[in-house]
Amino acid sequence: MLIPKNYANQMRSRILVKVVESFYKDRFESADEIPIEMRPKDYDSSRCCIYKDRAILKYRMMAAMGFTPQEETNEAKQLRDYGKDALKRQNHAKSCLAVIDIACSACVKSQYMVTDACRGCFARPCVMNCPKQAISIVNGRSHINPDLCVSCGKCLEVCPYHAVVKLPVPCEEACPVGAIRKDEHGVEHINEEICISCGKCLQSCPFGAIVERSQLVDVLNLIHNTDKKVVAMLAPAVVGQFPFEIGQVVGALKKIGFDDVVEVAAGADVTSKNEAAEFIERMKEGKNFMTTSCCPAYFRAAEVHIPELKPFVSNTKTPMYYTAEMLKKEQPDCVSVFVGPCLAKRTEAEYDPNVDYVLTFEEIGAMFVGAGVEIGDCEPAQFAKVSSAQGRNYPLSGGVAGAVGNLVDGQVDFRPERIDGLSKENIKLLKKYATKGSENNMIEVMCCEGGCVAGPGCIALAKKAARQVETYVAQGTNQKDMK
Amino acid sequence: MEKIQVKICAGTACFVMGAPQIQALEFSMPEDLVDKIEVTEVRCMNHCSQGKGYNKGPFVEINGEVVEEATMEKVLTKIRDLIAKEEEEKC
Repeated sequence: MLIPKNYANQMRSRILVKVVESFYKDRFESADEIPIEMRPKDYDSSRCCIYKDRAILKYRMMAAMGFTPQEETNEAKQLRDYGKDALKRQNHAKSCLAVIDIACSACVKSQYMVTDACRGCFARPCVMNCPKQAISIVNGRSHINPDLCVSCGKCLEVCPYHAVVKLPVPCEEACPVGAIRKDEHGVEHINEEICISCGKCLQSCPFGAIVERSQLVDVLNLIHNTDKKVVAMLAPAVVGQFPFEIGQVVGALKKIGFDDVVEVAAGADVTSKNEAAEFIERMKEGKNFMTTSCCPAYFRAAEVHIPELKPFVSNTKTPMYYTAEMLKKEQPDCVSVFVGPCLAKRTEAEYDPNVDYVLTFEEIGAMFVGAGVEIGDCEPAQFAKVSSAQGRNYPLSGGVAGAVGNLVDGQVDFRPERIDGLSKENIKLLKKYATKGSENNMIEVMCCEGGCVAGPGCIALAKKAARQVETYVAQGTNQKDMK
Repeated sequence: MEKIQVKICAGTACFVMGAPQIQALEFSMPEDLVDKIEVTEVRCMNHCSQGKGYNKGPFVEINGEVVEEATMEKVLTKIRDLIAKEEEEKC
């Protein structure tokens, strides 16, 4: 389950702001004061004590500077020195999600537990139905032996008193591909080989134990310490992320030092065009269905976890790809920075030579705050290219299929279906479609439920952002009517 | 009874520091408060620039009283306190 409002994600934003502030103040010279400043001596600690809070804050700051907790080789190394190393590095570290082991509370392993509501009844359906004989009666009540339990959930289903509860491990439950698992001490670890970088674990951990390597410091360094021209490519989900006119957000980005800002919705228009052509061709060839390909977490999930689906995934590139390609054609010497709601885009960028860096909306927001920029005071600026209504609608569930359908325009039969959120169940469903065929022929898959506006790098409430995207879509022109 | 005015600051700093999480009130209000409060998103109220600093954000004003480092929990407590006080005064 994703927790939309909680202390853990509020803390993440605060840390990012602190790191930006520290960069501007003295290039991290006094960064080691921050954990102490945030958890002073007489403060109520969030964990056992303020000292543990501070230790965890240090790891969070390291992640914001681009280092995972696992990269720590010398515990005495100070944040100041991590900051200096971050400013020295030429190439950003590969993106990855990681667990702060001391922050992971090692949620109980056994998934099912019998509560006090158990009456020790005569029927004992739990004992009868347990396939592993893991349940016995202890002191007149059912008891599950955790060493034998395989977490099938039969006992929960059959108990007439609803006395059995499921104790989930939130990150494991949220991960759609089983990439996060416990070690022998109960601490979670992420298997990078099979991780799809969707960020669901990061969103769902109630202890905020999962962090991600940020490229924030690298971009700040490029803007302020080099002569390079840095261009931001704004994902369409940006509309609604800040409670201001989109033009003012563009103005604010220029104020914090981006030389130019381009709209990824313009690249989305290229995706729609190519994907519609591809769809028509595939359907004429008699293919059963096609799925979209612009969600990088889904794209990787299909590659690693649902290989049977691969022939059905569109080969059309993503809006980020086309936007970066156009940008590098026009300005070959610039540094391109994609700004979006998505963590998986960082992984996609590793394979795209035209995308140099990836930031989230949250990181951009932290840059505004740390630099003292109020978006409301900024002069509105315009995008150079105007995007269509359909391109603007990409960040909402249904938006991509809608844009493709608009251009298919009756040339072949078009039956869209949305897979809204890449859950374990939906992965099974997609597997079924791949092997047994699907009734609908255009399957749009978005890993985040609700679309990109609900991505892990977002600031605004998904519902509210979605409304603003809808308004922006309504102001756009139909792609069919554009030259 | 007049509605209690809940003004959530949506200046850049407050917004990044967590104002959206309090805006959730606009979508799902606790049942006991439905007819009693009015939630509005307002432009920067300048609490950050008037000495408090953005680190104390997000700021929320409830009938003119400022809540610092506002969270849903803090805001709801404040609102319920105000309602209780008003009802006491009526008696």
